Amino acid sequence: MQQPGRAAEIKAIGIGKSFGSFRALDNLSLNIGRGEFLTLLGPSGSGKTTFLMILAGFVQPTEGKLFSDGTDITDRPAEQRAAGMVFQGYALFPHMSVEANIAFPLKVRKKSAADIKKRVGEMIERVGLVGHEKKLPSQLSGGQQQRVALARALVFEPGVLLLDEPFSALDKSLRGQMQAEMKRLHQETGTTFVFVTHDQSEALALSSRVAIFNHGKLLQVGAPDEVYDRPDNRFVAEFLGEINMLPLKGVKPADNGSTGLCEDRAVNMHCKAEKVRGDAILAIRPEHMSIAREAAVGENGIAATATASTYLGAATKLDLTTRQGAKVTVSVPNEVAAAALSKGNSVWLTWPAEKGFLLPDGGQ
Amino acid sequence: MRGVLSDRMGAALLMAPLLLFLVLAYAWPFLGVVKWSFTLPTPGLGQYQALLTDDLVQSVFIRTLRIAAIVTVVSVAAAYAITVVWVRGSPAQRLVAEFCILVPFWISVLTRAFGWVALLSNRGLINTWLQSIGFISEPLTLVRNEFGVVVGMTHFLIPFAVFPLASAMRSLDDRVLLAARGLGSSRMRTFWTVFVPMTRSGIIGSALIVFVFSLGFFVTPAILGGGRSVMIAELIYLRIFQSPDWGLGAAISVVLVLFVGALMALLFRYVRPKQLI
Ligand SMILES: Nc1ncnc2c1ncn2[C@@H]1O[C@H](COP(=O)(O)OP(=O)(O)OP(=O)(O)O)[C@@H](O)[C@H]1O
Ligand SMILES: [Mg+2]
Repeated sequence: MQQPGRAAEIKAIGIGKSFGSFRALDNLSLNIGRGEFLTLLGPSGSGKTTFLMILAGFVQPTEGKLFSDGTDITDRPAEQRAAGMVFQGYALFPHMSVEANIAFPLKVRKKSAADIKKRVGEMIERVGLVGHEKKLPSQLSGGQQQRVALARALVFEPGVLLLDEPFSALDKSLRGQMQAEMKRLHQETGTTFVFVTHDQSEALALSSRVAIFNHGKLLQVGAPDEVYDRPDNRFVAEFLGEINMLPLKGVKPADNGSTGLCEDRAVNMHCKAEKVRGDAILAIRPEHMSIAREAAVGENGIAATATASTYLGAATKLDLTTRQGAKVTVSVPNEVAAAALSKGNSVWLTWPAEKGFLLPDGGQ
Repeated sequence: MRGVLSDRMGAALLMAPLLLFLVLAYAWPFLGVVKWSFTLPTPGLGQYQALLTDDLVQSVFIRTLRIAAIVTVVSVAAAYAITVVWVRGSPAQRLVAEFCILVPFWISVLTRAFGWVALLSNRGLINTWLQSIGFISEPLTLVRNEFGVVVGMTHFLIPFAVFPLASAMRSLDDRVLLAARGLGSSRMRTFWTVFVPMTRSGIIGSALIVFVFSLGFFVTPAILGGGRSVMIAELIYLRIFQSPDWGLGAAISVVLVLFVGALMALLFRYVRPKQLI
């Protein structure tokens, strides 16, 4: 975070934060790579903002250490860390014009007037605010204010940019547009981005890695497809999207992964039965299951009856109940759903072995 | 809609006695004063012409404006410092600040003026002490002049200056201050370039309140000015009760009320009444 123009590498070791007796963050260790786009994802109150504030230097951790490019910065005050930060609600200076807002971090750094003018001009162009230079923040739309906040946080070329739910106040289409723009800014600047959201699709779409928080604990960190397809636990699995869970019995390692009994039928998984033995939960995303008349021998399948459908336009969401009463949801082509419902009797749900994964039985 | 309407009517009903009181006790008598200013001693604009030519009246007006301006600057500056501590200090600091702001309200203006006389007069506490440590040989003239008036008025007005400032500081979004620091600005710089400008409406409101109050001061200048720093309210009193020159006293009153009215109009352009409490 000290050399301008150079992406920072951040290492958090055993970070904890207590507010009185309340544990907001617990033993959190995380490496943030140079130039990576890391998203902190979690439900409200899970400690995302707290962790971001600790990275920025606004909140002092109760335990743990923080390193930037190998230097211990745990006790360094915020103004000396100078991480670029975009706050929830933007926090623009209401009494300064767009131009003055963006120039602020450069003025603080005592840059020459010519240099400031040049860099502010470039930044205004880069975020598409040409023509709005003299306006006050109150005269801008939400999306424009957002751009000013981004420009102000990037103009001094910080080693890391911290963003706290920057798009939560924007409507859906603007949100998509700003997401694309942010991705572009990340590529252009090459800076390390740490982004907070509680929108899982936003997290999966933008990041190089996602860190999932719950109750002040870091549950899993990984690339989007990794956390989505191979979650470590039930919370992560459910938080990242809809998921079907089927009880499995007699889980044991097999040649090509693991095997178990699902409603008295043998099923195979490519994942290893490392942490689970005996009873477990088989988790499969709705889009990875298909409807068939029959499951072939050796193919993963379970018999079920369709109970309801929801038309989604491009596809239909179909609710089914298995013979032993487990509820399953799948997303299938519209005509397949219609056929399954009209038959009214049993269909088969099938899935490829690499798409099912094991979770420990019960609890987390 | 009905709810809003009945709320408004309820508020109007509750305020009616106050309005009635204000009309009976101030507005109605003031109309009488306006009438005097045009009729005494002879009908016409004579009194207002006299205002423009009377050296004494003009020098008192100028002195009043000068004292009010100095008192305003000093009070608002002092109140700003106290308010920062009151709104943003630690719990202990807040308590002390609150005490300093509220206690003066329990002591009458008369008592306070005499208190300052006791402190500032030639044989008062301050001069005695300064002489005893050998810092000065002759007592300083701290009272019965403009200095004493300014001290007494400032002391009285600081608490009134606090409230608009506190309201502005309370409504300020903390994240903006954090943002400034995160962008590399020191605490000092953040205070001067972000915090102070963002409380501008509070500063304007506070200054106008203090200024308007200062214009009407009577007791404090009368006691601490010792007849040598006559301000406009005292001049009106002298004209009406001692000269007696009712017409001129009335004309000065009318000018003062119009001036204050204009300032109030200005005040409410910058701040909503709610922010003043
Ligand atoms: N200054 C504070 N004093 C006491 N508790 C706090 C403080 N700041 C945060 N907390 C608590 O710590 C927990 C985590 O808060 P945090 O703001 O980090 O959550 P978050 O993940 O950002 O949530 P959201 O998605 O709602 O913004 C919350 O339960 C919150 O109430
Ligand atoms: Mg938050």
